[in-house]
Amino acid sequence: MKANRKVGIVGWGVYVPKWRVRSEELAREWGRDWNRYAAGIMVQEKSVPGIDEDAFTIAYESSINALKRAHIEASKLRAVYVGTESKPYAVKTTATMLIEALGAGGERRLTTGADYEFACKAGTEAIQAVIGLIGSNMIDYGLAVGADTAQGAPGDALEYTAAAGGSAYILGPAADSVAVIKASLSHVTDTPDFWRRQHEHYPAHTRAFTGGPAYFKHIMTAAKELMNFIGTKPEDYDYAVFHQPNGKYPLRVGTRLGFTPDKVKPGLITPYIGNTYSGSALVGLSAVLDQAKPGQRILVVSFGSGAGSDAFHIEVNDGIEEVQNLAPKTLNYVNRKEYVDYTTYARYRRMIRMLHDFSSY
Amino acid sequence: MWAYWQSVPAHWREIPARYRLEGGRCMDCGYIMLPKEDICPVCGSKNIETVILPRKGKVLNYTVVWNALRGYEYYTPYVLAIIELEDGSRIMAQLTDISPSEAKKGMEVEMVLRKTKVSGESGIIAYSYKFRPVIR
Repeated sequence: MKANRKVGIVGWGVYVPKWRVRSEELAREWGRDWNRYAAGIMVQEKSVPGIDEDAFTIAYESSINALKRAHIEASKLRAVYVGTESKPYAVKTTATMLIEALGAGGERRLTTGADYEFACKAGTEAIQAVIGLIGSNMIDYGLAVGADTAQGAPGDALEYTAAAGGSAYILGPAADSVAVIKASLSHVTDTPDFWRRQHEHYPAHTRAFTGGPAYFKHIMTAAKELMNFIGTKPEDYDYAVFHQPNGKYPLRVGTRLGFTPDKVKPGLITPYIGNTYSGSALVGLSAVLDQAKPGQRILVVSFGSGAGSDAFHIEVNDGIEEVQNLAPKTLNYVNRKEYVDYTTYARYRRMIRMLHDFSSY
Repeated sequence: MWAYWQSVPAHWREIPARYRLEGGRCMDCGYIMLPKEDICPVCGSKNIETVILPRKGKVLNYTVVWNALRGYEYYTPYVLAIIELEDGSRIMAQLTDISPSEAKKGMEVEMVLRKTKVSGESGIIAYSYKFRPVIR
């Protein structure tokens, strides 16, 4: 897909909570030996949301960082979309709170706002929507965020990777941007590899089935179709960023597509903070933009269970280096950390209830 | 399960202050207030302009709360601080992303938006400003 008016990234921002729990600690809690799983998961530790954090507070802080780089007033934002599968309210749009907190849409709040849900690709789905609005001249600037406090049931394999974090992108006309989104493409099928039913706290998944027919099939189809559409090959790209449910899959899908690991690793953040679900590929893209140079090309392909992928061809503009240091970088957040044990993790995630939850005394 | 409720309109009225540090400044005596009020509590003037307070400041003093008011128990122990913002105005707020032993007078802090009060399983979630050590 190509927009009538060229659209680009005007600013980006990331946020990762400071708390971490080691995979070894999670395995120990359930009487397992982490060494048996380490090579298969390739996530050494994961971020844990603080006791007062959720997808909205994560979306807010990443958006503030995006605004610092964008050089525009929040009042100019005319679309604010939050992609998440950990909405603070089942019914009440996270975007309403984000619009109010940022002051988007000016004093009269003249902006569209909505939450997107498409498992781990809700954030890139939000980007597709904003590209459409800007590309058709309906608006000039819009904000798309992918943020999650991902759920993994106690003792489940997902508990090793389900993490917290997010990334925000302010899009605008290509002329104002630091990176142009030259083309995008989406691929969606009904593939039930992972889901969470109404009123359930934790998702269910199909283990190995989440790989071949889901993750690999959708990412490879979207990536190949996009490269066919615009006539590029893997060697034309400087970076490739894929959805990263663990540390292993992105490297494997990159190799299958013909990308060398050195093009994938700069945007591979999951081994250090876990899978931030709707934030996953977008946090990886932020890490790449933090170090990208003018003229470089980036391929981004997200994946959301259920299932589908969004692919983007991005070319970095002059001027990116002037904004890279205007907000904390992805690695600043990755390296800002303090470890917690399983009990604190369970308390922060509200997996355990306290006395006052049951009684007023 | 026991759950307490908070006043939704009271929270809603204070959203500009809680989300954006949007306060008022008395154009006659200069007093800065948060949230913005119609009448200056110092000189009684009705000549109040809207101001957005600075997001950064430093801790003047603090205390550690172990026995919290209803609705704040889950966050204990937490640090409650008086913060001098960059414009000289003072604000009382929780510090977050910090354990009580790490709090220090003079510590540079910045505003973040966090959950402050959650009304059980079915009520509203109140978000408000808190401050945490500046990320460099």
